[in-house]
Amino acid sequence: MRIKGRVDVEPELCKGCGLCVAFCPRKVLALADEVNSKGYRIVAQVKPEECNGCTICAQMCPDIALTVWRSGRSKEAV
Amino acid sequence: MRQVTAKPKALTNAPFHYCPGCTHGIIHRLLAETLDEFGLTENAIGIASVGCSVFAYDYFNCDMQQAAHGRAPAVATGIKRVRPQNFVFTYQGDGDLGSIGIGETIHAANRGENITIIFVNNAVYGMTGGQMAPTTLLGQKSSTTPTGRSIGEHGYPLPVSELLQALPGAAYVARTTVTSPSQIRITKRALAQAFQAQIQGRGLGLVEILSTCPVNWHMDPVEALTFINEEMVAQFPLGVFKDFDEEVARDGK
Repeated sequence: MRIKGRVDVEPELCKGCGLCVAFCPRKVLALADEVNSKGYRIVAQVKPEECNGCTICAQMCPDIALTVWRSGRSKEAV
Repeated sequence: MRQVTAKPKALTNAPFHYCPGCTHGIIHRLLAETLDEFGLTENAIGIASVGCSVFAYDYFNCDMQQAAHGRAPAVATGIKRVRPQNFVFTYQGDGDLGSIGIGETIHAANRGENITIIFVNNAVYGMTGGQMAPTTLLGQKSSTTPTGRSIGEHGYPLPVSELLQALPGAAYVARTTVTSPSQIRITKRALAQAFQAQIQGRGLGLVEILSTCPVNWHMDPVEALTFINEEMVAQFPLGVFKDFDEEVARDGK
């Protein structure tokens, strides 16, 4: 079974810096047109089916706005 | 699905006030994860500096103190000597540690104080508007060096880690960065070893972390990471400069 992942974005914590977008190896994430209450464009999953829950986005996020979930066969993650 | 990332317990729920893309947030998280992993969150006392990281006392879920500009190592010395059972760390920027606080830093290292210093080097005074810091690179433009830093007028960038490794009281000195997931892991290993220096009573542990300041560098956050990798690392080479445990120094490179 292929490992599948999901990224939850906390919209009020995201500042739209784009580090997760630049580092996502499968181009799952992109900045959306939607803005949060501070006026920052927030990140969204544009290709959610590609996510394998590698957690690189959460490691690069300076604001701990991303929570990664994973299913399928895998050892305990970071 | 199960959750595979989580906010460390050593951080409060206060959202960081840092600018978008500022790597202070990554360094806060790494420090908090290390505190959690060592089981020190209940026991630690942190000293916040003056600068962007002044509000660190709002973010860390341990006892915090805030020191006058550059005086964090002196305050940490006092706290550690009165409460040796506590884990004591400072979190300082380059304007704080490298400029007004270089005296306190050198003497704390020379006395071999059992404290841990997290030194965030972003080559400018971030909070006050991007003025030249002692660590500003040669040729780098800042608001007080609009044509770039020159040797004749402003002197050389201050190599803090290279200076401190010469002191016998410093047990662990390393320079790392957080520009990629692999560098983040190296930084976390360095933090763990600096924690060990204090836990084992070996002397001062310092981790200098090259960090971005996208706003004052006038770059977007991804360009700022490239600037560290291409320009900053050339003048501030990464590596472990001193390790009380020689084996770790050899393998950790």
